[in-house]
Amino acid sequence: MNSWNAHEAVVIIDYDAGNLRSVQRACAEVGMHAAISADPEAVRRAERVIFPGVGAAGSAMRSLARHGMGDALKEVIKAGTPVLGICLGLQISFEFSEENATPTLSLLKGSVRRFRFNRNDLKIPHMGWNEVQVVKPHPLLAGIAAGDEFYFVHSYYPEPQVERDVYATTEYESGFASAVGQDNYFATQFHPEKSGSVGLRLLSKFATWNGQC
Amino acid sequence: MLSKRLIACLDVRDGKLAKSIKFVDTKDIGDPVEKARTYYLDGLDELVFYDITASSDKRSIMLEVVAAVAEQVFIPLSVGGGVRSVADATDLRLAGAEKINVNSAAVQRPALIAECADAIGGQNIVLSMDILKVETSQQCPSGYEIVINGGRKPMGIDALGWALEGERLGAGELVVNSIDADGTREGYELKLTAMLSEAVRIPVIASGGAGTPDHLYDVLTEGKADAALVASMVHYGDYAVSELKHYLDGRGVKMRMSW
Repeated sequence: MNSWNAHEAVVIIDYDAGNLRSVQRACAEVGMHAAISADPEAVRRAERVIFPGVGAAGSAMRSLARHGMGDALKEVIKAGTPVLGICLGLQISFEFSEENATPTLSLLKGSVRRFRFNRNDLKIPHMGWNEVQVVKPHPLLAGIAAGDEFYFVHSYYPEPQVERDVYATTEYESGFASAVGQDNYFATQFHPEKSGSVGLRLLSKFATWNGQC
Repeated sequence: MLSKRLIACLDVRDGKLAKSIKFVDTKDIGDPVEKARTYYLDGLDELVFYDITASSDKRSIMLEVVAAVAEQVFIPLSVGGGVRSVADATDLRLAGAEKINVNSAAVQRPALIAECADAIGGQNIVLSMDILKVETSQQCPSGYEIVINGGRKPMGIDALGWALEGERLGAGELVVNSIDADGTREGYELKLTAMLSEAVRIPVIASGGAGTPDHLYDVLTEGKADAALVASMVHYGDYAVSELKHYLDGRGVKMRMSW
């Protein structure tokens, strides 16, 4: 049996999809020592995995394929390893993204669409701090109070097909799913590593999460 | 609902915090890392570091400052000043900057915006514009002109046209900095800010001229800015970050109020 403490091997998946050091630094701040790795074997050996990413869905999927990382990720999720997706990581967990019309990993059912507004005063990207409403309890969201805000930067949003996969929502003209998950996989559209103390709290919960909901 | 952002800008010269008045005189006012940490703990929404170091051989000091701040501040960190290439942008990103501000070099070579957007994602590229009010002319039909090199060199480029071009090239956000208002503490240039914010779909950060809390209120409402950038009014201890946020919240501006 694994002993789930904060010093087990944690791997942040590196697939050329953005600045991972900020995720690593925020993990360190909550006592979680995480290695950044592009090696699928390191992911397979990891006791917990963070799947971050900024950038475009098309190039992200190509990078995952090039590194052989998509398969490794699917394997560890199936094996019960706690996995945290962030931002683009969340988006490419679904089946399809409108961004570059890309078929994605299909870890969750649903697709990712571009924000489209009739009003001109709603800016794209959705950039800044916004409230995250917990709609279904989850160990990683424990301690989030009404009114707590997280930092977002994205022009596309997830549209999950399965309602029970949605753990939190956020309003930007209408509501969208801002935290989703299934069993040992959990993902946020917002950036916990850039969300001050509330974000650090979520990461500290992930540091000890056993993958059970 | 998305909150308006309060952003503090720290001008850094040779690794020390400086504040310019009308872009000419600068004086050192302290340790940037310590200030950044203080503002973060007091509820600041985002930080901007601007490197005004004159000599290029001292630029590595800025990377050290950025790295030190990124170790202890967990909000978005934006860095600019002297970014001329994708390599400059990448160095700052590796040091810990989330967003990269481009300014003069992008005016001289607009492709820099597209190159940086391709390399690190358009949402991480902030086009920072220094703008001077001028007589309306064929060259500058909006009545506002782009200036570069810290406000010293007028470029004969229309500010509205440049904002639209920057958006088209892939910038994720604009900083609208009024040279006329900068350092005066008499309020933001509301007309300019509203004009640009209405013209583009990307977020606009208002900069230059903040002196009292009602100036922030004005630019976030009438000025249609998505974020207000402050410098002297917090650096010299006249106002605390949390005090400004409480003031804006009290007047009905949506702000992040728990941190």
